[in-house]
Amino acid sequence: MIALLSRDLALAVRAGGGFGLGLAFFLIVTVLVPFGVGPDTELLSRIAPGILWVGALLACLLSLDRIFALDWEDGSLDLLATAPLPLEALVSLKALAHWITTGLPLVLAAPVLGVLMSLPPEGYLWIVASLAVGTPALSVIGTFGAALTVGIKRGGLLLSLLVLPLYVPTLIFGAEVARRGAEGLATATPLALLGGVTCGTIALLPFASAAVLRINLR
Amino acid sequence: MLLTVHDLAVARGGVPVLEGVSFALGPGEALILRGPNGSGKTTLLRTVAGLQPPLAGRIEAAPDAIAYAAHADGLKATLTVAENLTFWARIFGTGDIAPALAAFDLEDLADRPAGALSAGQKRRLGLARLLVTGRPVWALDEPTVSLDVASVGLFAEAVRRHLGQGGAALIATHIDLGLEARVFDVTHLKARPRASAEDEAFL
Repeated sequence: MIALLSRDLALAVRAGGGFGLGLAFFLIVTVLVPFGVGPDTELLSRIAPGILWVGALLACLLSLDRIFALDWEDGSLDLLATAPLPLEALVSLKALAHWITTGLPLVLAAPVLGVLMSLPPEGYLWIVASLAVGTPALSVIGTFGAALTVGIKRGGLLLSLLVLPLYVPTLIFGAEVARRGAEGLATATPLALLGGVTCGTIALLPFASAAVLRINLR
Repeated sequence: MLLTVHDLAVARGGVPVLEGVSFALGPGEALILRGPNGSGKTTLLRTVAGLQPPLAGRIEAAPDAIAYAAHADGLKATLTVAENLTFWARIFGTGDIAPALAAFDLEDLADRPAGALSAGQKRRLGLARLLVTGRPVWALDEPTVSLDVASVGLFAEAVRRHLGQGGAALIATHIDLGLEARVFDVTHLKARPRASAEDEAFL
């Protein structure tokens, strides 16, 4: 199992692996927003948590179609499906590798981009906390979407349409944690709900992903 | 018996292609599947490998007994030959890749990225993967595509050694590998067109 994870990480950082793509996209989106809404610091600091969350979500979406498509194209997915590794473990590891290469860098970059968005000082801890708790759900849900669309030529758009509505709960609670944190309000309730969404998806979706992958491999 | 197939019917895309397929493979035996293009050899191999459920009949084999190799070799272009092979060895829980590299004459290429290999070299690497699976039954779909005469010889030698160690092989191929093996022609097992094609359940 470690072998699969370390291979996916090695592939991500080598040429054409796409590591950093999501991060660069996140950076550009967040830099563009102040250009769009103007240099009003008060307005920016009010919308900062929401913009950072939407930016992170879109950046996460960008790399989803690579999760299974590359393994499908070169035949490794068929071979992995006949390997001793259960498909449920395979999809969980794929989601974990996606989170490490996409979600984790977003979490770490968010405070830096918070400066660009004039995020209030109280907000830094909470934007990091909310992204750290919420982004694993984005990767797991995205892996489910990628499993659904594996084998479809140019399935990227369909994948986005399938996955974005499923991201709504995570976005609502994640942005709410960050907003309340930035305004100095209590964050316990939305944080618990965000954690609940993440735990629920991690517990259930790998089985669904493995089931649809099995059907798509036929 | 390592692999027994009883009265198997297989379908591709919901259309039955073969029916009444029965054979058995014991230790040291190889079976060559023959039949024209589109006769269902690949579908039969995928079903035996467990990638798709049979339409009817049953397949008896120990769990995790079958190593499958298809047209695509599952290689990662940015990983080296040794890294590709080590990955599969770790996935299948076996250790040493050196014998597999030696068997397919890949030692000199070990540090080269798989993307820089020729088609025949990629194929040899794909076949070397079989040796690191440590599984007794090989299900091979056209293993000799893009191999030159010398490499076909290496492959036949690897199969012979595998059979000598008590393994078995089920090989779909159009060329003569020089193996002592039974030939199983699937042409006459073509499934009759069904009056009402059974609507395959979605799940």
